[in-house]
Amino acid sequence: MNIDDFKSNDQVAWCPGCGDFGILTAVKKALAGLNREPKDILFVSGIGQAAKLPHYVKSNCFNGLHGRALPVAVGAKIANPALTVIVTSGDGDCYGEGGNHLMHNIRRNADITVIVHNNQIYGLTKGQASPTTDEGQQTPVQVDGVVLEPLRPLELALALGAGFVARGFAGEMEHLSRIIIEAVNHKGFSLIDVLQPCTTFNKVNTFEWYRQRVYKLNDDNTYDFTDKFSAYQKAAEWPKRIPIGVIYKIEKKTYEEKTGISAKPALIESNIQDIDISRVLKDFA
Amino acid sequence: MLNELSVKISGEAGQGTKTVGMALCNIFRRCGYHVFASQDYMSRVRGGNNFFQIRIADRPVSAPREYSEITVALDSQSVGLHNRYVSKNGIMVLDRKKFGTKEENESYFDVPMYELAEKSGNVIFLNSVACGVVAGIIGVDFSHVENELKKIFSEKQETVIIKNIEAARSGYDFAAANFSREKLKLAPLSGQGQTPFLLKGNDAIAIGAIRAGCKFYSAYPMTPSTSIMSTIAAYSREFGIVVEQAEDEIAAINMALGASFAGARSMTGTSGGGFALMVEGVSLAGMTETPVVIVEAQRPAPATGFPTRTEQADLDFVIHAGHGEFARVVYAPGSIEEAFYLTIKAFNIAERFQVPVMILTDQFLADSYRNVAGFDLDREKVARYIISREESRTITAYKRYQLNESGVSPRAIPSWIEEVIYVDSDEHTEEGHITEDAGLRMKMVEKRLYKKMAGLLAEAVKPVSHAAESAEIVLVGFGSTYGVIKEAVEALPDKIGLVHFPQVWPFPAEDAKRLLKNAKKVINVENNASGQLGKLLMRETGIPVSGSILKFDGRPFDLDYLLRSLGEIR
Repeated sequence: MNIDDFKSNDQVAWCPGCGDFGILTAVKKALAGLNREPKDILFVSGIGQAAKLPHYVKSNCFNGLHGRALPVAVGAKIANPALTVIVTSGDGDCYGEGGNHLMHNIRRNADITVIVHNNQIYGLTKGQASPTTDEGQQTPVQVDGVVLEPLRPLELALALGAGFVARGFAGEMEHLSRIIIEAVNHKGFSLIDVLQPCTTFNKVNTFEWYRQRVYKLNDDNTYDFTDKFSAYQKAAEWPKRIPIGVIYKIEKKTYEEKTGISAKPALIESNIQDIDISRVLKDFA
Repeated sequence: MLNELSVKISGEAGQGTKTVGMALCNIFRRCGYHVFASQDYMSRVRGGNNFFQIRIADRPVSAPREYSEITVALDSQSVGLHNRYVSKNGIMVLDRKKFGTKEENESYFDVPMYELAEKSGNVIFLNSVACGVVAGIIGVDFSHVENELKKIFSEKQETVIIKNIEAARSGYDFAAANFSREKLKLAPLSGQGQTPFLLKGNDAIAIGAIRAGCKFYSAYPMTPSTSIMSTIAAYSREFGIVVEQAEDEIAAINMALGASFAGARSMTGTSGGGFALMVEGVSLAGMTETPVVIVEAQRPAPATGFPTRTEQADLDFVIHAGHGEFARVVYAPGSIEEAFYLTIKAFNIAERFQVPVMILTDQFLADSYRNVAGFDLDREKVARYIISREESRTITAYKRYQLNESGVSPRAIPSWIEEVIYVDSDEHTEEGHITEDAGLRMKMVEKRLYKKMAGLLAEAVKPVSHAAESAEIVLVGFGSTYGVIKEAVEALPDKIGLVHFPQVWPFPAEDAKRLLKNAKKVINVENNASGQLGKLLMRETGIPVSGSILKFDGRPFDLDYLLRSLGEIR
């Protein structure tokens, strides 16, 4: 497979220069590298600019409600575990509106990959604070600056026991595509928080701002991504220096393994004609 | 000789009123009688007052009575609470010594139930004693009691079974020796066989779902819907069903939609409060044209209301739930049988028309038991309406939302088809991509609303009627009131008729007009305060109701209440 096999005919509706373009390129590159057919891949998204990404990739797409991508993705994965299920979400969608689903799906640990386009701002609704906007940043709504402390998604995921926690940067496409491949190949819930400059509404966290701060973890192969204590330290490193790469990775039993779903034929393969309920009725006799 | 009587078992939560009640249902059912049992319980795990009320009759019955011939008080407060509901000639079984009861009452029948239980080894056998007492009073053969106890405790040690039978025997013998009022003897049955099954409404929905090929059930526990989830879970291994407890109702419906999109028949269940959280998901199902079956088991609201009681106040809510305009179906089963058949139909219709289908039930139907003869599996056949795996191989240039006459685009299953499938909650093109085109928008609305509604109306479940076209007074109702309305009509032959709506949306207006055209008076009987069905009837047919019988105290109608209300209104 190559990148062109994942080319969609839909017109892209992002602002010129948006960080999402870098993520889209990285996603397509990763898909080509994963060598899976478009028909066997399902992208699920909610609402926001990130949520449009599935339309720009040739693969199955369920673009649902704001914040609700995760439950749809997990439902689809349970029904057909052979699907490669990838969620594209944003900081508002995943960390705000859908926060409860993030918490509990980390616990559920179904084998899905969640890519969060984190631009630290609300883009689609034109520039209000998101859960990850830095304290003090002024917006059209938070006129005196953001009062709430920013949510730290990687620390949250680690605290909840996520088996794969990573950070990418939209300006490092090759690096990001490698993280995506690793995340998809990881068995279980994988979270990739991607630093994504919003060129229109976030004048603070620009490409330049991120470029001055990001550094690649494990360039020298000395970082132990299985050590949770180091992972917490790296996840908390912000904003002077911002590590990108796989921060934590550990093998855990997946939802599909624990429930036995992966060992049985997929739900969608069930023959539902003439199911014999006489055995059930006997219990009510 | 009586041709029916009611038995009430009353006690604190945790005392086992349901255990005794269920045992008695089975004992009398196996003797050949018809039974109907409703549960009244409080939103607590221990204490308070719960009761289980059984109607035992020589003919099919489907509603509770106001008064009971036999009331068994398992605790002292039950005596005071239920004294006024003891029928004329009826009795209150109580344990004077244990309860310290001083006052006299001609209905009191003192049985040292606690002492008898302790004599059998432990106070824990109180339930079996009570069971024996009732059987002894009515005078059924003790072998029925013995058989039932053996069945209940079949997985326990032999000594447990023996002690329970001993306890029941002591209660039975005490009643037989000390109670001699012939008036409470049930008329013997002539030539009636026993009916094989005892089910409550939620059981019928769960079994219907299993039969219909439900493969995924996601829900957040909420009374009175929860037992659907636990019943399906109990059979999930055997039938290859995944039951997932979601983090909230929003997740529950979205998970069901994800599984359905992927190709599995999916369902969720909740009560009004949980359904309120699901509403955006209902709209998503309408927009993405993803089949889903949703049970809304009503309880009194607003907000938390009476968590364990009954009401029918979510009709307006459910038929309108969801922002925007799209087709949906709402069934309102009125009996155990309807609950079963309509659940199967819900899955078929949801898949065939790619719409959300709601099953609107309530605590009364959910928790009420009745003996049933079984189900005719040919009546509601399970059929699939997706592009099969074989057919998928031949398809090229697939469009998920292809415009056509029926409004229903053939639905492919991801990965079965070589093409990819785009589904969107935004307004979309035939390919499923986001669009802002005005003309296409109108075509898509017409597809999702007009065309599908026309198809759904043609498949609507007809109203159930009895003497509607000949009677001057016709009672109209939906859902769980069917049983009590039917019995009222039977009690007043030639005077009143009924029209019951097992489907409330799309509303079968033409059938309603035909059935009600001769009625001088149409009276709506509803378990709510605003007469929602009456207003719906008016909106859809122009037929006004000339009187309403509304009950909104959180308790179901009983036959006596309805007959009395009819007397007042006529």
